[in-house]
Amino acid sequence: MNTQLKPDLLRTKARVEELARSQGLVFDPVIFEMIDYSQMNQIAAYGGFPTRYPHWRFGMEYERLSKSYRYGLSRIYEMVVNTNPVYAYLLTSNTDMDQKLVMAHVYGHADFFKNNIWFSHTNKKMMDEAANHATRIRRYIHAQGLEKVETWIDACLSLEDLIDPHSPFIRRRAAAPAGGDSGDGEGARPLVRRLRSKDYMDSFVNPREYLKEQEQRLQEEMDRKKHFPEHPEKDVLLFLIEHAPLERWQRDVLSIIREEAYYFAPQAQTKIMNEGWASYWHSKLMTERLLTDAEVIDYADHHSGTVSMQPGRLNPYKIGIELFRDIEDRWNRGRFGKEYDECEDFVRKRDWDLDLGQGREMIMKVRQIHNDVTFIDTYLTEEFCRDQKLFTFAHNERSGHNEIQSREFRKVKEQLLFFLTNAGRPFIYVQDANFGNRGELCLWHRYEGHELQRDYAEETLRNLALIWRRPVHVETVLEETPTRLSCDGEKFTQEEVQTQV
Amino acid sequence: MVLKIEQDHGRFRQIVRGRIKKELRRYISRGELIGKQGEKLISIPVPSIDLPNFRFGENQGGVGQGEGDAGTPVDGQGEAGAGQAGDAPGSHLLEVEISLEELARMLGEELELPRIEPRGKRSVVSQRDRYRSVRRTGPESLRHFKRTYRKALRRQLASGTYDPRNPRIVPIREDRLYRSWTETEEPQANAAVIYMMDVSGSMGDEQKEIVRIEAFWIDTWLKSQYKRVETRYIVHDAAAREVDSHTFYHLRESGGTKISSAYELCRRVLEEDYPADEWNLYPFHFSDGDNWGGGDTEVCVKLLQETLLPAVNQFSYGQVESPYGSGQFIKDLDEHFAGVEHLVVSKIDGKEGIVDSIRTFLQKGR
Repeated sequence: MNTQLKPDLLRTKARVEELARSQGLVFDPVIFEMIDYSQMNQIAAYGGFPTRYPHWRFGMEYERLSKSYRYGLSRIYEMVVNTNPVYAYLLTSNTDMDQKLVMAHVYGHADFFKNNIWFSHTNKKMMDEAANHATRIRRYIHAQGLEKVETWIDACLSLEDLIDPHSPFIRRRAAAPAGGDSGDGEGARPLVRRLRSKDYMDSFVNPREYLKEQEQRLQEEMDRKKHFPEHPEKDVLLFLIEHAPLERWQRDVLSIIREEAYYFAPQAQTKIMNEGWASYWHSKLMTERLLTDAEVIDYADHHSGTVSMQPGRLNPYKIGIELFRDIEDRWNRGRFGKEYDECEDFVRKRDWDLDLGQGREMIMKVRQIHNDVTFIDTYLTEEFCRDQKLFTFAHNERSGHNEIQSREFRKVKEQLLFFLTNAGRPFIYVQDANFGNRGELCLWHRYEGHELQRDYAEETLRNLALIWRRPVHVETVLEETPTRLSCDGEKFTQEEVQTQV
Repeated sequence: MVLKIEQDHGRFRQIVRGRIKKELRRYISRGELIGKQGEKLISIPVPSIDLPNFRFGENQGGVGQGEGDAGTPVDGQGEAGAGQAGDAPGSHLLEVEISLEELARMLGEELELPRIEPRGKRSVVSQRDRYRSVRRTGPESLRHFKRTYRKALRRQLASGTYDPRNPRIVPIREDRLYRSWTETEEPQANAAVIYMMDVSGSMGDEQKEIVRIEAFWIDTWLKSQYKRVETRYIVHDAAAREVDSHTFYHLRESGGTKISSAYELCRRVLEEDYPADEWNLYPFHFSDGDNWGGGDTEVCVKLLQETLLPAVNQFSYGQVESPYGSGQFIKDLDEHFAGVEHLVVSKIDGKEGIVDSIRTFLQKGR
């Protein structure tokens, strides 16, 4: 099937591309492919990679997408893949105006992929990598049988998000020492270094309480070293790859899942920014340059559909584009900094304009160094919150509805940041791989006021037990009590934890 | 073009089918599928086959945008960023569609039902078009490429215009051949199902629900076995009349019970519309078995013996346990027709009994 652009669309592409470049966007080459809706649904189900490994959950996603397309609930206009070159898929049934808009949108994404720092470690050859993964998994399926490999993939996928998206940027721990342990075996007593002193001065130079304190500290440190891992580790998948008793194919599948999870993580971290940025640019390019008179109405219709807000739902396109515009405006007019913040004259504040013209420069910088969490944290202002009519809502048990709770700036921001932090997922760490000195694995949920959903947590533990092959636990808080949920592979138990870590 | 996703989609469907099959007995006795039925598809709520992961509980609230004061409901599933939409806690249901045919196949496998062997003569002949010949005119879409090529090659060889060093075959108008059909006659078996139900005062809502569930599964099964299945409904108390299916399941009458009235009407329906040599006939009768005294049972037996039983594939009687106890009729039938293979009776003790009763009715493969 021919997926290439027709000549007139090629011309459109050249024009959009040149325009985007002239506005200062920097991007890798973009390859557009024309496909029909069923292919679009397929590619979307595979997360953008038509070459992905076989698994039923992609089929489930495909069914969901085709159904909502068939019932007219949703329609995917475009799909962009973060690779070099950037692949972008266009729907054959789009109108020419749609295609123009979508292309402008795509160049926004392409620029974001290339410049945002959170994408600096993603594999730009993922298209090939995904195909390699698929080949390897197919080989395992042939060798081990479908059901066996599928069960394994299911288990790995249910731990998929237990990774540490920040780890490409920081070294969390020193590389393992080459020579093995430095020899402090069991039973060695900690030796506290004393300061040299004359005998009669000793009790003053090295007071006994101090020595005792130091000894205790050193002892604790040694105890912790005996602990394995030494510090709680967030990259649970890596820990399993390194330490779980796995066969070679199992380890390889697990590392494939982990690698793909790391590839997709920055997209989850920058959803608002990425979509906001692309929408900002399609809107700018379209309305300032690309639109013909005849297309205005269709454009307005399509654009407002994209950034429309439904009650009780935050549209990342909308919040993103508005925030970028707000930042641009603030830095154009100099509405930031101590003087502005402390100004109490409402009229003066409203008409504040220092004519700085730094807006464009600023948003270019913002798109480079932020992710959603820092973006919202830094630039969501009280004025913005008010102008955009943001609110928090909560479930009302009595009425059975979600109801607006508050419009207070601090609460809105807090709630928003909560949903963005760690992609709205609980923080889970490997705490102890030798739990109870029985070689059992204990995870730790860093409780911050929100409890785990119990049935899901239990099923996840069951999958973890399949990988660890020994009983597994997670320390968390259930019904406001510190609790250790356990699974021995079949049965679940729970007990209260006395000392919370 | 076959999409690569088909394989994964197929696997997903297979997993779903596995789930349905595992839960089939529950589906059968609860009757939750009825009412979700379409022309060819039925949608089934299956426990979600999500991949589990560590996540926060439902109803975490979120951030939204729009008008309204505190307390304004903002349903339509609030979520922000990657929060999850919530429905009822703990129950994640996935609606999947499967074809009735597939459902019948699962039913057959689960209850180990034999396929029905339609009786020899009882089939009408239908005509079918089959593409198994060629002709010289036709639309280009039906052009038989291979035959056309062969004919052109033969012509060119014969006329000496074929050059082995430059083997170009150019067909002309006369070479072209098109696929064509012939009409074939195929026997086609049809079936008619007559549902009769006692709607006298002693049949309560629960009893009717049971009948409804049984009828649904019997329909599903018979439809998978015959090309065409016609269904008729008869209700009776002391008198009988024919009704549509909605009335059949919802009508509530009081009064006495005279079963013979239904059998008589059934006989008339069969006589008028379904001659026994063309149709496979399946009368089903559901009652609580509390027939009116005064010799009506004898009339029923006579009707069955003389007219109904000789005509039908199988006559089935289901006696539904009711709060007023269970009647005598099932024993009477048993007594009179001991050893008659194509009269099947079954006692249904409640919803749990539905599965066994369906098996009793359908396991003979008539």
